[in-house]
Amino acid sequence: MGMTMTQKILAAHAGLDLVKPGQLIKAKLDLVLGNDITSPVAIKEFDKVGLDSVFDVNKIAIVPDHFTPNKDIKSAEQVKVCREFSKKMGIVNFFEVGQMGVEHALLPEKGLVVPGDVVIGADSHTCTYGALGAFSTGIGSTDMAAGMATGEAWFKVPEAIKFVLKGKPQKWVSGKDVILHIIGMIGVDGALYKSMEFTGDGANVLSMDDRFTMANMAIEAGAKNGIFEVDEKTEEYVKEHSIRSYKIYKADADAEYSEVYEIDLAAVKPTVAFPHLPENARTIDNVGDIKIDQVIIGSCTNGRIEDMRIAAEVLKGRKVHDEVRCIIIPATQKIWKQAMNEGLFDIFIDAGAAVSTPTCGPCLGGHMGILAKGERAVSTTNRNFVGRMGHTESEVYLASPAVAAASAVAGKIAGPEQLG
Amino acid sequence: MNAKGKVIKYGNNVDTDVIIPARYLNTSDPAELAAHCMEDLDEKFTSTVQKGDVMVAGKNFGCGSSREHAPIAIKASGISCVIAETFARIFYRNSINIGLPIIECPEAAKDIKDGDEVEIDFDKGSIRNLTTGKTYQGQPFPEFMQQIISADGLIQYIKNSK
Repeated sequence: MGMTMTQKILAAHAGLDLVKPGQLIKAKLDLVLGNDITSPVAIKEFDKVGLDSVFDVNKIAIVPDHFTPNKDIKSAEQVKVCREFSKKMGIVNFFEVGQMGVEHALLPEKGLVVPGDVVIGADSHTCTYGALGAFSTGIGSTDMAAGMATGEAWFKVPEAIKFVLKGKPQKWVSGKDVILHIIGMIGVDGALYKSMEFTGDGANVLSMDDRFTMANMAIEAGAKNGIFEVDEKTEEYVKEHSIRSYKIYKADADAEYSEVYEIDLAAVKPTVAFPHLPENARTIDNVGDIKIDQVIIGSCTNGRIEDMRIAAEVLKGRKVHDEVRCIIIPATQKIWKQAMNEGLFDIFIDAGAAVSTPTCGPCLGGHMGILAKGERAVSTTNRNFVGRMGHTESEVYLASPAVAAASAVAGKIAGPEQLG
Repeated sequence: MNAKGKVIKYGNNVDTDVIIPARYLNTSDPAELAAHCMEDLDEKFTSTVQKGDVMVAGKNFGCGSSREHAPIAIKASGISCVIAETFARIFYRNSINIGLPIIECPEAAKDIKDGDEVEIDFDKGSIRNLTTGKTYQGQPFPEFMQQIISADGLIQYIKNSK
């Protein structure tokens, strides 16, 4: 029996020739990640092990991005724990405000993940790096502590679902619409404990930013990881951002999948996930008349340069609706500077949108755009659970940057084509 | 090891944002987290939960964020075991790693009702509903996980194996 991409990467990192679904293995780690919420708990656990050094100072990344720039005293204390630990251990990849970006946009940009890597991160959206052909998965703080101590983690080898992407998406349809469509189709536990492996000619058509968005939301289908086949675009991206050598793993022709889905990208429409689950997907022509109070464009899902450009294309020469607050958050300093230099901020500000420094902030109801009782937001983030962005009686509608920007102008959920 | 207690029952897809909302994640103190456990889903939980109570839920329990604060808050609330049809994978790992007993058992999770009294035998993975007299067999843990559990979590397991 052949192996999937994920199985091959795990086998190689466990020193095995062959692994099978369900097998428990110990794999060597190429990178261990934590943020300002999960790292303090991990550091407390790490201290209990009684070691005075981490397994490799180059293979740990600590990114205070959730409640930063520090939103209150307690958050400041948590970041201080991260900072002091990083300094004491000599951790190379600690990113202070000013260098910091939303972790899953930042690490690929810094070249810290390359194809074939095994990455764990104490953040559920660590699955983002599957866009680079790496095995990458979210874990908790104790696993992060163990990873920092030993450079290893235990895994149950997952089964896989194969998504064969075909065709080319239409104008205003992005990776976000494709992944919301898929989650709508298989449900929030449709890929529980499994890999989502994206392949096919359609996958090659998608930009790297689209692939990051799709791999990012694999967790919203319950998946262990999402992974794309490495192609020319991946290699070009990696060579531009990283000096590390990398290895490409391709699935065997006889690899087994629990399910195979064929997705025609040309048939995917702009898609919105209604409260309070990402699986509540509706196409833009079926959203009805939903008045909104806020729009968020940013996050580890959709805070990259292409997302900024799409938002600008929609907002150019238009005005944000009088009764809507539109908050745009480029995910990293590099993206921020690029957006500024391309003149996108002029468009945003002329339209009446606010532009924020990088932070996860509103996505998880932290700060920089919290919702009051009864308020509704269209957001390019990844979760719309009860209370996610604020009051338990507020609502979050997940969408692409194009739909979010168009909704900001319309004052209700709308696609760019409805703006006229 | 055994647990016995009254059942508090929830539905499908209980996410970590309702188990412990992110607005309280500026601390990792178990008692502070427990003070807000489940409040966005069930306002009464913190005032009615008794030490030893058993949480029972449907599919995909603990989906969403990787915050270990979620199983920490449940454990610190006094819950002795969580039984669900299925668990989201990060929550599953986290629970084992911090020593919150969990059992995957679709049949029990569907049958058992809010307020029932249940007894769990962790060594056998069996669940007995004392209110109805019915027994259920949950998924036993693989040996490797049992070692982590009997070491009282992953960190002690690593210390022991050094």
